[in-house]
Amino acid sequence: MILVFVETDAGGVVEVSRETLTFSRGLAERAGGLPVHVVVIGDVPAGTTSQLAAQGVQRVHHAQDERLQAYSGAAWSAAVVDAARDGDARAVLAAGTPRGSEILAHTSVRLGVAMAANVVAIEAVSPLVVSRQVLGGSALEEMRLDDDVAVLTVAGHVVESAEVSDVTTPDVVTVAPNLRDGDLLTRVVRTDQGEPDQSGALASAHVVVGAGRGAGGRDGFEDLLELTDLLGGALGVSRVVTNLGWRPHHEQVGQTGSRIAPDLYIPCGISGAIQHWAGCSGAKTILAVNNDPEAPMVTKAHYAVIGDLHEVVPAINAEILRRRP
Amino acid sequence: MTDVLVCVKRVPDNSGEILLTDDAQSVDARHVGFTVSAHEVCAVALAVEVAAATDGEATVLTLGPGDAVEQARDAVAVGCASAVLIEADSGAHGPADVSRAIAEVVLAHAERGRTYDLVLLGNDAADTGDFQVGARLGYELDRPVLTGISTLDVTGRTVTARGDGPGGAEVFEVPLPAVVTVMEGGVTPRYPSVPGRMKAKRATVETVIPRTAPTGGGRVRLKLPPAQPSSVQILGEGPDAAPAVVDLLERLGVLPT
Repeated sequence: MILVFVETDAGGVVEVSRETLTFSRGLAERAGGLPVHVVVIGDVPAGTTSQLAAQGVQRVHHAQDERLQAYSGAAWSAAVVDAARDGDARAVLAAGTPRGSEILAHTSVRLGVAMAANVVAIEAVSPLVVSRQVLGGSALEEMRLDDDVAVLTVAGHVVESAEVSDVTTPDVVTVAPNLRDGDLLTRVVRTDQGEPDQSGALASAHVVVGAGRGAGGRDGFEDLLELTDLLGGALGVSRVVTNLGWRPHHEQVGQTGSRIAPDLYIPCGISGAIQHWAGCSGAKTILAVNNDPEAPMVTKAHYAVIGDLHEVVPAINAEILRRRP
Repeated sequence: MTDVLVCVKRVPDNSGEILLTDDAQSVDARHVGFTVSAHEVCAVALAVEVAAATDGEATVLTLGPGDAVEQARDAVAVGCASAVLIEADSGAHGPADVSRAIAEVVLAHAERGRTYDLVLLGNDAADTGDFQVGARLGYELDRPVLTGISTLDVTGRTVTARGDGPGGAEVFEVPLPAVVTVMEGGVTPRYPSVPGRMKAKRATVETVIPRTAPTGGGRVRLKLPPAQPSSVQILGEGPDAAPAVVDLLERLGVLPT
């Protein structure tokens, strides 16, 4: 079987995990029609099982154990390892999120096998060869996984999640993982709700307004935030903006920030360095606002406005408001 | 006193055009500079801060060719007290090989009386992006490992670390010794002073050779995405372009109704 670690939130299965389930079905079919099992951990909202059924999942290993209520990469991976061994998994997958990457890193060590991070495609199944993002997404590596169990994280937004036509009726098995001494040492002891990490909302936003050095300073975001609000989107920024302390790091888009795939990305005053492009190249449409017509972000965009964002963005905001009924 | 080992990796600067070698096994680095990942720059800053706050010392370690001493000396220039080069072909070393080689150094230094209660690494290397060397090192050393940490401090025998989680800023309190991987964003990078640079030039770099032959990282080949010709449509210049922009927003259906 193919095993997938699935992340959940208040809405059930998160979008990147749905994408990973869709990706996993493709691997399962190419490997001869293997069943897809999942691991979910802790309390999950009602309806999660039906969401998994719509993804063709055949068994849910639900780790319900009070020791797992607080996140620990080591302890949560124990649940994945148990399920992998129990079902003789041929492959273990997770979305390439911070949680997914950490848990599968532990899982690969415990299973004594290699791990491929940020996989974008299966090139061959016998032997298993995958393509994965390296160099911040500016190159791909074909990597061979020769172990009995392949462990891999799937890069965000390389496939669109798709439901199956024949919805399954998954078995739900409640499990308590075999924890090792020390697995609980790395538990979260508290979460500061005062500074929520918005990177999840950013990664799943349908419209993202981007801001770079062209914002000009900490006070240069008012019009950009208004545009974000008018479009019901999220604000994403370049690395230089967070390095200068103008905006928090969880708003950063790029190699060392979030990877986004909105329907529309509007990068304003962002030159488009490779590190930023690594995070936004999944956008379906890009509309760049920039002074420099030769900036990489402009030449790579679908549409562009040449001009100072502090002049262009207020005019766009005014035009949106003018056309409102 | 907390002695800290911080690990960095010499990688090609990928801010410009990437070219590959003829055998597609590595980046053609003849015409590019070298750097370390942004995560590792922050890890170095945290190592120096923790060492200074606890009267300990920060040591930088890198695995790579002889030229990788350049990145080790950069870390000395911003406050690391000493440096170790594991001289090896980093391209032939997969994540398991690298973590094993680092563990060998940690254990060898412990035998000589230098115990690194805290080992810091970047969250992932800027070139291979494996996301696992820190976790593997934790198992090699039988220590707890935290990943994706933005800030940390040490009090007595406990490291308190913070990182971004889906529900907010998550706090961990872990007994030392521990392994921690650092995510960019919580600490200001340190920049070298002139005396720092002079000190780094003079610093002795301990060079060691891995005891175990590498097993590799499974690379078949590298490949580059095909170049896409620009097809940008310029909607206009300056604020006069606003109507054309809003026309586009309407066509795309992204204006809330």
